[in-house]
Amino acid sequence: MSDLLDAVALPGREEPAGSSRPGRSPAPFLRYLASKVAAALVSFAVTLVIGFVLFSLMPANPVQSLTRGRPTSAAQMEHLRHQLGLDQPVWHRFLSFVGDTLQGRLGDSWQFQQPVASLIGERLWPTLLLTGTATLLSVVLGLWLGVHSGWRHGSRFDRLTSGISLTLWSVPTFWLAMILLVVLSTGLGPIPSLFPAGGMSDAYSPSGFGHVLDVAHHLVLPCLTMVLVVFAQYVTVMRSSVIDELGNPYLLTARAKGLMDSQVRNRHAAPNALLPSVTVIFLQLGTVVGGAITVETVYSWPGLGFLTYQALQVPDLPLLQGTFIVFSASVILMNLLADVVYRFLDPRVRAQ
Amino acid sequence: MSASAPASAAGPTASAGPAEAAPAALEVRGLTVVHPPRGGRGPARAVDGVDLRLEQGEILALIGESGCGKSTLARALVGLTRPTSGEVLYRGTPLRYTGSALKAYRRHTQLVLQDPGGALNPRQTVFDAVAEGPRLHGLKEGLEERVRSALSRAGLRPPEDFLARYPHQLSGGQQQRVVIAGALALDPAVVVADEPVASLDASVRGEILQLVLRLRDELGLSALVVSHDLGLAWNIADRVAVMYLGRIVEVGTVEDVLLRPVHPYTRALLSVLPGPDRGRRPTVLTGEAPDPTAVPAGCRFHPRCPAWAALDGPGREAAGCTVRELPVLTADPGAGRQAACHLVDAAADTPAGGAGTAGAPGGAAQAPGAEDGRG
Ligand code: SF4
Repeated sequence: MSDLLDAVALPGREEPAGSSRPGRSPAPFLRYLASKVAAALVSFAVTLVIGFVLFSLMPANPVQSLTRGRPTSAAQMEHLRHQLGLDQPVWHRFLSFVGDTLQGRLGDSWQFQQPVASLIGERLWPTLLLTGTATLLSVVLGLWLGVHSGWRHGSRFDRLTSGISLTLWSVPTFWLAMILLVVLSTGLGPIPSLFPAGGMSDAYSPSGFGHVLDVAHHLVLPCLTMVLVVFAQYVTVMRSSVIDELGNPYLLTARAKGLMDSQVRNRHAAPNALLPSVTVIFLQLGTVVGGAITVETVYSWPGLGFLTYQALQVPDLPLLQGTFIVFSASVILMNLLADVVYRFLDPRVRAQ
Repeated sequence: MSASAPASAAGPTASAGPAEAAPAALEVRGLTVVHPPRGGRGPARAVDGVDLRLEQGEILALIGESGCGKSTLARALVGLTRPTSGEVLYRGTPLRYTGSALKAYRRHTQLVLQDPGGALNPRQTVFDAVAEGPRLHGLKEGLEERVRSALSRAGLRPPEDFLARYPHQLSGGQQQRVVIAGALALDPAVVVADEPVASLDASVRGEILQLVLRLRDELGLSALVVSHDLGLAWNIADRVAVMYLGRIVEVGTVEDVLLRPVHPYTRALLSVLPGPDRGRRPTVLTGEAPDPTAVPAGCRFHPRCPAWAALDGPGREAAGCTVRELPVLTADPGAGRQAACHLVDAAADTPAGGAGTAGAPGGAAQAPGAEDGRG
């Protein structure tokens, strides 16, 4: 409140230098951080409740679906119910679920007969590799295109960029993935089979550096698909925030100081236009972990997305619950990071 | 442009002879800026034939309503807008619009904008903002010292206290001082200021204007100050040029133009200034706001001109305001006060059709009063 008053009163007087509001004091930042962390924890708690309701309460009779198609006696059913803890009261089940989750125990997968946590741990790295690479490439590509098309908005370059990126964005992911698969993997007409159709490595993959190359080779198609679908977002955000910056007089000042057009763009307009994009990038990063379900499924990429798809087919409730929690947690975490990073990038927010 | 003849006769080139004084710090000849058609409207003649000289060490105020083309003229003067025709001369040398020529030019001619908050990059510290110009022009030696001295010349003392600050941590007046320091850091010969105090608090305006005056006195800076505010012109300018719809309609010393205006437009502007009673009911000019996409024939002010409207039958016929074109006023300050009006007898300095000029004492009280009244 005193900050606010200060800000209102400020323009009226030429205050003595250094009298008020230091640029960065730790106390407000810690308070800010604490409030953001608290908000994230609340979100996570809500996620736990939803996860519990969706995957533990709502399924009417998991034991039945688990044993579907197999002759099972009533005693066996009862035994199974007891094994799964389904005979306990609801609140008891919820508390032990929360306690287990916080300790990293996510139950056992019905399908794989393995702890869900270790399954997720195994599949996390392929997903991070795929989505991380794809995000990096699409951020770089999207931001570059966005800056240039926003700077000369209305030009032919701009129209071409916007047209292509929006078209690709609106194409269904699985369809694009199939097309790429048919054209570049199966081979079509004169096009030879360039890339493997699925998986992350060949069965007889060499070791060492050869293995790295093999994985990279397998990575090309799924990664390309993701980049093509996603980069339009960055183009759009960056383009519009560059256009917002265009009207700002400080660009005129910079030009009047003698900066060339490209220097004005790269030193002033683009860095400032980056701020709104940072938020989008981080929100996107949150979905990176879970966002590749379609792509991973089409290319049988052994990641979390593919795992989720496999779990859905059974349905493998503990596994679904586990991936749900992991996906939600990563979104919440990235939101938190977005808030913190934004504050460091923008001195105006930083001093609040 | 026919009227550029006297200016070139004055010969601002070095070879013009010993009698000739130093060339003007900045001069424009026959300057025209036409904006391309937009939104179903024709091309806009924002600046439509202007000759103007800014002498060395002079402060010239360019006055006019918003939309009269004064900001476009200012941008053309600093090389940000390329004129459709005509030329800009810096110390007698025509400006060329190549990257390196423009860059060299911009070391000497700096722009100060109206809104200091917007004119500073919010993510740059004061140091970076002021150092940007010198860095760009390769003045890296003693950069710190250069920035400090620019800041203290701009009245931010001690400069150390400001170096690490961001624009949002400064008051409006301090921000404008940082903008001015950014200009001063290049040791420019000319500063073009577009409404430098319009967005500042009244209490700070005087200080910034004081600063401009001091810089002229101490550094020999020439300044073109664009404003809609006649009081500002009275306070700091040596000469005043009044612009209407892309043309200079009256130009002369500040006393001539503001105390004894002859052009009906200048008089109308002065009439809306608060009198002794501080009444703020201005005699608004009738007719539509000037539109640079449709410049009237004859005298471009005639649709709104009270002097023309006051004329009756034969006099009206004789004046021919709607048909007879007016010459472009010459840039030569030696020509004394000039006004582009058919009714003004240049020699007598009085408009034939109008009432007598405002008395000097009354006018003198009026103009500074305007500045106070705006607070
Ligand atoms: S020429 Fe005629 S219309 Fe134009 S300003 Fe003079 S009196 Fe008014």
